[in-house]
Amino acid sequence: MRSRPSSFRFALLGLASVITLAAAAFPADAANKVLKIGFVGVTSGPAAAWGTSNVRSMQTLADWWNSTGGVKIGDDTYDIDVVTFDDQKDPKRAIAGMEKMAQEGIHYVVGPNVDDGAAAVRPVAEKSGIIYFPYAFPKELYTKPAANAVLGMVANYQSGPAIYKYLKENKGVKTIAFVAANESDPLSQRDGGVAAAKALGLDVVADKDTYQNDTRDFTPVLTPIVKLNPDLLVLSGVAPANAPLLIRSARELGYKGLISTETAQDAKVLEEGAGELANGFISVGGASTPEIRSKSMDEFIDRYTKKFGEYNDESNTKIYALQYIVDTLKADPKAIDSIDEFKKTMDSFSAPNPYLKDSSATLHYVGTTSFGQKRQLAVPLVVNEYEDGKFKTLFIANVD
Amino acid sequence: MEQVIANGLYLGAQYALIALGLTLIFALMNVLNFAHGQMYVLGGFVTYEVYGLLHWPFVVALVASALTLAVLGALIERFLFRTVIKRSEREESTMLLAAGVAYFLDAAILLLFGEKQRGVHKILNGVFIWDNLILPWDRILVAGLAILFIVAFILMMQFTKPGRAMRALAQDRVAAQLMGVPVAFYGLIGFALGAMLAGLVGGLLVTITGVNSGIGGPISIKAFMMVMIGGAGVVGGAIAGGFILGMLESVGLTVLHAYGDITYLAIFVALMIFLAIRPNGLMGKPWG
Repeated sequence: MRSRPSSFRFALLGLASVITLAAAAFPADAANKVLKIGFVGVTSGPAAAWGTSNVRSMQTLADWWNSTGGVKIGDDTYDIDVVTFDDQKDPKRAIAGMEKMAQEGIHYVVGPNVDDGAAAVRPVAEKSGIIYFPYAFPKELYTKPAANAVLGMVANYQSGPAIYKYLKENKGVKTIAFVAANESDPLSQRDGGVAAAKALGLDVVADKDTYQNDTRDFTPVLTPIVKLNPDLLVLSGVAPANAPLLIRSARELGYKGLISTETAQDAKVLEEGAGELANGFISVGGASTPEIRSKSMDEFIDRYTKKFGEYNDESNTKIYALQYIVDTLKADPKAIDSIDEFKKTMDSFSAPNPYLKDSSATLHYVGTTSFGQKRQLAVPLVVNEYEDGKFKTLFIANVD
Repeated sequence: MEQVIANGLYLGAQYALIALGLTLIFALMNVLNFAHGQMYVLGGFVTYEVYGLLHWPFVVALVASALTLAVLGALIERFLFRTVIKRSEREESTMLLAAGVAYFLDAAILLLFGEKQRGVHKILNGVFIWDNLILPWDRILVAGLAILFIVAFILMMQFTKPGRAMRALAQDRVAAQLMGVPVAFYGLIGFALGAMLAGLVGGLLVTITGVNSGIGGPISIKAFMMVMIGGAGVVGGAIAGGFILGMLESVGLTVLHAYGDITYLAIFVALMIFLAIRPNGLMGKPWG
């Protein structure tokens, strides 16, 4: 004789079986597919700010998309999974990171953040079928026969001439001095800047002054340069951690001229480190200022701040790489498994830029002028001037 | 030239204070504290939090930095170094432990305080100008405080009971123990004092140079250079090493600036030649 508790247990088992079968019969409704996008860059040590703003931008954007149902590419909907690797600014580790991405079957990787890392990963990326988006400027990464690297930002040899020309025409700059950290990126940026300044007819009064990247007090470094009293002091490739210290030392030594850089900076860091001494400092930013950014960018900033406690102004540039990858895949879903498809699509790709107020602004690949092929993200070239804790837009330009 | 000398003296004062804590720990425990730079960084962040964010008085922030690092140093000595020294017969075990502590602190500081450069508003505004010499008042104050702390430290080591005990410990650990000095206790006090000095100088310099989570390693390397110049384990040597390095940097960056970044190359070459001639540095060990 079957007892009541036994009947109840059978009923429960039956219900559980029905639910399990239903779940197995309709898996697509239960979860999206997963699209892995990689990041290989520096998130520890003195340059951690560069890579961290990359990773956090990617994670914020991925979380945003995932929480609103995922991204639809072709017939499928995907959740974005950001796979990260800290290369500690070491090319050997960058190679290991790119190999890890290849092992995980990832085809699209953001990073590395510096020149030698980006150059080091090239063979792995080309062998493994990976398109990567470095924040490094050597032209050979983007010119043929290289084909797998896509520059993620505006290069110094693109922004430098625009800034110097503007300052020459609008602020009467005639003499210019350069100071750079004794590392490959800043030195190559300095050399590019010197060439651009000379081409514009500016008098370069100092182009050999360098400093160790771990310098904490820049007064001895800047003493001889300030004595030359240039109209413009360029901090070539300066890291966000060093910019306020250099500005502060220069101003305290009595320097009254203009100071600029071609790298992106953070307003909060400038405010804390140099205060009002940083007023008038000119740097490159992304779609950063309230005058030009859209509501989507405002929401991104809000989500980023909620997730990580504090926003990083560099992320206005770093947000673009993941957006470009996903939008290009949307334009050509076959590119999910084929980077050749991706490369083909890059030539004709165009999509609305969600981060600019201007509704006619588009996401598209550029670089023909600098590299002879479209291997650069069209990020707006926004030149900012720091004023009392905020950046205000000085002018906006486009690459190509 | 006045500016170059003033820059050198200012750099020397802060370098000497950084090197003091490192040489003290080495003298007392024969430990090369690779985590000294990370302790400096932590001290800087404590001052940033207390003075920069909470807006409490700067003096309170400095005391907070010093106390935090003193407690951390005491805990590290009591539970890590003392245990390893007791159990291991190989001296390099303590070096490995120090490197491990440095990596741990690096990661912990990055997690706790983030990746950004942090700074606080100037503690004094204005610039002192005399002929060709330009010196901001806050740098003069910081250099003065650094010299004051160095003098206070020397007086403490010279004329107080703990100071005498620590000097005895540094000269001959066994003899000090036989004379009734509680070596374990003063080892702990010495390590805490060394860490406290790192925290103090970190807090002091955050007003000038700011702080970020990645500078611990480079600070340690510079501190080791100063100690090598002056002589490991010698207070006077650390002070001399700090001032010599500060002056070399200032002169080199002015005289050699037209040739690119060869100042440190020249300093390292000079250091190698110097150590080949005087491997114990200027004053050697032990101090007394």
